[in-house]
Formats: sequence, C-alpha cells, structure tokens
Amino acid sequence: MDISLQKVEYRYAAGSPFEKKAIEDISFTIPSGQCVAIIGHTGSGKSTLLLHLNALLKPTSGSVVIGDRTVKAGRKEKDLKPIRQKVGIVFQFPEQQLFEENVMKDICYGPMNFGVSEEEAKKRARYWIEQVGLSQEILEDSPFDLSGGQMRRVAIAGVLAMEPEVLVLDEPTAGLDPRGRKEIMDMFYQLHKKRNLTLILVTHSMEDAAEYADQVVVLNKGRKVHEGTPRDLFADAERLAEWGLGVPEVVRFQRLLEEKTGRSLPGVCLSIDELAAAWNEQSGGPAV
Amino acid sequence: MAREIISLNSITFRYPGGDHDVLKNVSFSVQEGEWVAIVGHNGSGKSTLAKLMNGLYFPDKGSIQIVGISLEKDTVWETRKHIGMVFQNPDNQFVGTTVQDDVAFGLENHGVPHEEMVKRVNRALKQVKMDDFLNQEPHHLSGGQKQRVAMASVLALRPDIIILDEATSMLDPTGRQEVIGLVRSLKEEQEMTVLSITHDLEEAAKADRMIVMNQGEVYRTGTPREIFELGDELVQLGLDLPFYLKMGNALKAQGVQLSGQHLTEEELVNELWTSHCKK
Ligand SMILES: Nc1ncnc2c1ncn2[C@@H]1O[C@H](COP(=O)(O)OP(=O)(O)OP(=O)(O)O)[C@@H](O)[C@H]1O
Ligand SMILES: Nc1ncnc2c1ncn2[C@@H]1O[C@H](COP(=O)(O)OP(=O)(O)OP(=O)(O)O)[C@@H](O)[C@H]1O
Ligand SMILES: [Mg+2]
Ligand SMILES: [Mg+2]
Repeated sequence: MDISLQKVEYRYAAGSPFEKKAIEDISFTIPSGQCVAIIGHTGSGKSTLLLHLNALLKPTSGSVVIGDRTVKAGRKEKDLKPIRQKVGIVFQFPEQQLFEENVMKDICYGPMNFGVSEEEAKKRARYWIEQVGLSQEILEDSPFDLSGGQMRRVAIAGVLAMEPEVLVLDEPTAGLDPRGRKEIMDMFYQLHKKRNLTLILVTHSMEDAAEYADQVVVLNKGRKVHEGTPRDLFADAERLAEWGLGVPEVVRFQRLLEEKTGRSLPGVCLSIDELAAAWNEQSGGPAV
Repeated sequence: MAREIISLNSITFRYPGGDHDVLKNVSFSVQEGEWVAIVGHNGSGKSTLAKLMNGLYFPDKGSIQIVGISLEKDTVWETRKHIGMVFQNPDNQFVGTTVQDDVAFGLENHGVPHEEMVKRVNRALKQVKMDDFLNQEPHHLSGGQKQRVAMASVLALRPDIIILDEATSMLDPTGRQEVIGLVRSLKEEQEMTVLSITHDLEEAAKADRMIVMNQGEVYRTGTPREIFELGDELVQLGLDLPFYLKMGNALKAQGVQLSGQHLTEEELVNELWTSHCKK
C-alpha cells in the first residue's frame, strides 16, 4: 500500500486567534515495503506529519493518499476504520495510547476493535508482549503502574498486535534502555524485511536513520527540505548543521580520524563495521 | 571537603498494592557539587528512586537525607525546596495554561518577588530557546519543546539539587548537547548538584560518577571509566558499550592491531594514528 502526500499543509486551531501553521507544502511518496526515516529539529513538524498518515489529522490544505483512499482538505471522510487498521501508529509519548485497566486489555483493544476474536487477540497479546522484551506476568498489571520504558514496550506491542501493513513510529526508542533500543529496532527491521511491512520512522537517532532507512526525509520549520538516501545525506555535514542536525557518531568519528591521520577514506561509512573494514583496507590490510 | 547533599541508607520499597520490592537495600550518597548519572535497564527502579528523593513516596525500610535533613512526611516540604525535578513525561508536570505561567508557577510558590520572577522566567525560557512560545499552551507543544519548557521551569528555580529523569529523551543530539551544556554551566555558576537519570551513555560518560541500577539494586558505582571497564557485562545489564569500545572491537575483528587499552575516543584515534605512522 503506497502512501502519498500532496502539498499537505496543517494549521492547528485553524480559524481561531491561536491558529498555528505546523507544516506546509509537503509532498512525497512512500512506496509499499519501504523504510523511510523522517528527521528534523525540535518542532519541525514531524509528529504533525505522522498523524496524517492514518488520518488522525486531516490536512487543512492538500491531500493524503493512503492506498485506495484519499483524505482531502475540506471534505468529510466517512469510515476511517479500514485506514486505522492498515496503518498502525506508535505515538511519541506512550501514555497517549494506553488507557485500559490492564495491559492484556490494552493490547487486545485494537485487534478486537477490528473484529478479531477475544481468544485470538489474547493469543497475539501473549506473543507480542514477549517480542517486546517483557514477561507475560506484566499482562495483569495496570499500564499506568509501569516504568516509562515498559509503557513504551506495551504501546508497541499493542500496535503490532493489530498486524498493520504500515507501521508508523514516532521516536519508538525514546525511553528504552540501550540494549532494548537495539533489540526493538532490529525487531521492526525484521518485520519490515520478512513481512514486507512499510516502516515510517521519526527519529532523533541519526544512527538509526543511517542503519535502517532506504530514504530519509528532512523537515525544517514545517517544510520538506531534503529527500534522499542516508549515504548522500550524511556525507554533507554542513547542510545538516544548517537544519540544526548532526551526523551519526560513526561519521563524526571517521571525519576525526581522517583529519588526525591525514588519510581520507573513499566514501562516508554508515556503520562501525563498514568503517572498520574501510580503515583496514586503506591501511594495507591486517598487519602480519 | 564537600559535604553529602543526598544520602540514601538501605532503602527498600514496594509500591502500595504491589507484589514485590522494586528497590532492595539501596544505599548511595551524592556530594555537593557532583554530577551523578544513574543508568540501568527499563524497570530497574531509577524513576522510583527519584520519586522517593522528592518525597512522593516513602521507603518501607531505610532512610533518606537531603541537605542534612531527614526526609519524613513532616519534612517533605522543607526538603523539596532544595530539589528541582524534571519528570520523565513533561505532560505530568505542567500546571500553567501558558508556557510563561508554567515557569512562573514554581517561582510564585517559592515566594520569589514579582519583578524578580518576570526576569527569571524570561531568562530561563530564552536559555532553552523557547522565548518565541511564551503564550502557547504547554500541552500544545511538540515533544522536544515540552521538555525544554519543563527544563526551564526547574532552572528558573535555581534549586540546590536538580534531578533529571530522562529530561532530554525527545531532543535531537544537538539539542541534547545544548541543554545538557546549559545545565552544566548553570551548575558551575550556581554550585548546583545534578542527578541525571539517563539512557544516553554518551551523556553519562561525562558525569563525575555513575550509579548502575539492576533489578532494584545498586549494581556498581564508579567513575565512567570504571563503569565502562565492565565491557560486555554492560550488555547483560541492559546497557551497551560506549562507541569507542564498539569501534575498537570492530577494528580488532578486521585484524587491525590495537592494544585494547584505549578508554576514550581520543585515545583510540591516537593509537590508530601512531600505528598508522609506523607503516
Ligand atoms: N496541539 C497543538 N496546537 C498548536 N500548536 C501545536 C500543537 N502541536 C504542535 N504544535 C506546534 O506545531 C509545530 C510542530 O510540532 P510537531 O509536534 O509536529 O513537531 P516535531 O517535529 O514532532 O517536534 P519534536 O521533535 O520536538 O517532537 C511546533 O511548533 C508546535 O509548537
Ligand atoms: N505506580 C506504580 N505502581 C506499581 N509498580 C510500579 C509503579 N511505577 C513503577 N512500578 C514498577 O516498579 C519497577 C521500577 O520502575 P521505575 O519506573 O522505577 O523503573 P525505571 O528504572 O525508571 O525504568 P525506565 O528506564 O523504564 O524508566 C518496575 O517494575 C515498574 O513496573
Ligand atoms: Mg514530535
Ligand atoms: Mg524511569
């Protein structure tokens, strides 16, 4: 299912004295099965943009095409359920999506809302809770008696239990411990590869954008200022700095190393392993 | 000698109605002027520690001293005057209907005179770069903007102790460095003590000391250097190796000869530079 934005604009509290334009003139297409990262400085409009991807917000101008549906400014939309089922969103703050009295009910809510039997929903809950690194016992607990990172994991399990075709993630690893961060990102990536799930990821982690994304979209002050592969993007530290962004750690380290040793490597390396190999290569292979 | 500004003595705690102790025999102390980072896996008890230090809950066993005062139900208002806390989710912290009211609220509570209050509110919001949003409703901000405002509220108070609970988790790396740098310079200026709960190991690496929590217990305390010497054990604890160690390991795996002694990024670069020159 492709998703395409056409000249999307969104104003909060449109028409009121508090009106605030958050995004404007945003157009791009996310082909089915891609992994796209959206990056940008604080307040650049990333979360606002994401909420359009399953019609939680409707553009105040322009349109969003989600599979065979078009959500257009100024037109009433009926029956958005099929969209919500196909496009699952994990919000920036997990508290925003937890509400049931216990974790089991919370995870089951989504699937049951879309017609899955209670038995099947519970089965999914037991499966996904372990996939996100929690034990089954937590299913009995109230979601509000959990630690921040545990809440995040429950929110993720709840969306995965709906088995969406498109997974939209707003800072999915914020609040996770460092090991959990890697495990959960790897899990998303596996789902993306194995089930051809479309992944749309808002992230402040340039490392994650470099490692997982096919395409990166950069927002600055509510506008799209760049779209391209991570390799092209992260080779240009100066431009990133103009948008208030940095490069992944490994790129920063590569530059430092090149500066210090006076040797430059052929291209920009996006992972630690890539850099290690490139360094070894240029210094003439393993010392014997 | 610096004095102990926070001390926890054999704390055990279980949430009301809970079925297990989430803190078990936890003891540590923080010296005045120190920057201490608390790290640990999700659910290891870090935020609970912060809530106990702020008197939101009281330990079942053990005692807590804040600036020499024993923290009890009838001293909690006294001890709280010394602590400024930024919570994990800023939405739980906002009380004002506009950004500037929100920052002013705490100052008003502390009896800061009006004129001084206005000055401090403006200064703090400028410092966190939120001075364009004075009249916006705090709940209607982006995630990172909310965290900046929450930070301003605490900085404006100029408390003796600042407790940050993942206060920069929604900021981009540049913004995070800015805000942490700001706290650091104010800490020097105003002789504050900082306790920062964080999953950002790069930030923790810059602390004077680290406390590693594991399953409700203190697993280890030490300088960042000492903690990062734990190496692969860190991964077992839900943490990770810092960048320079991962980088060093990957280079070694490629057959690049390294002594393995480097404990900072500069040391790694230097070693690569020296070995490179020998060729
Ligand atoms: N409910 C709201 N009402 C009014 N303005 C809002 C609302 N939510 C967000 N905004 C404003 O819209 C702009 C874009 O916000 P958005 O949340 O999309 O940013 P973001 O890129 O997700 O930022 P962050 O990285 O900090 O989460 C910001 O300037 C913000 O203050
Ligand atoms: N209000 C509560 N009632 C009952 N149990 C709770 C409550 N809050 C937290 N817990 C439990 O206490 C334990 C410690 O939680 P805490 O929030 O202190 O962890 P944390 O180290 O801050 O984790 P994180 O990194 O995920 O924020 C967890 O097992 C959690 O489920
Ligand atoms: Mg956001
Ligand atoms: Mg916590």
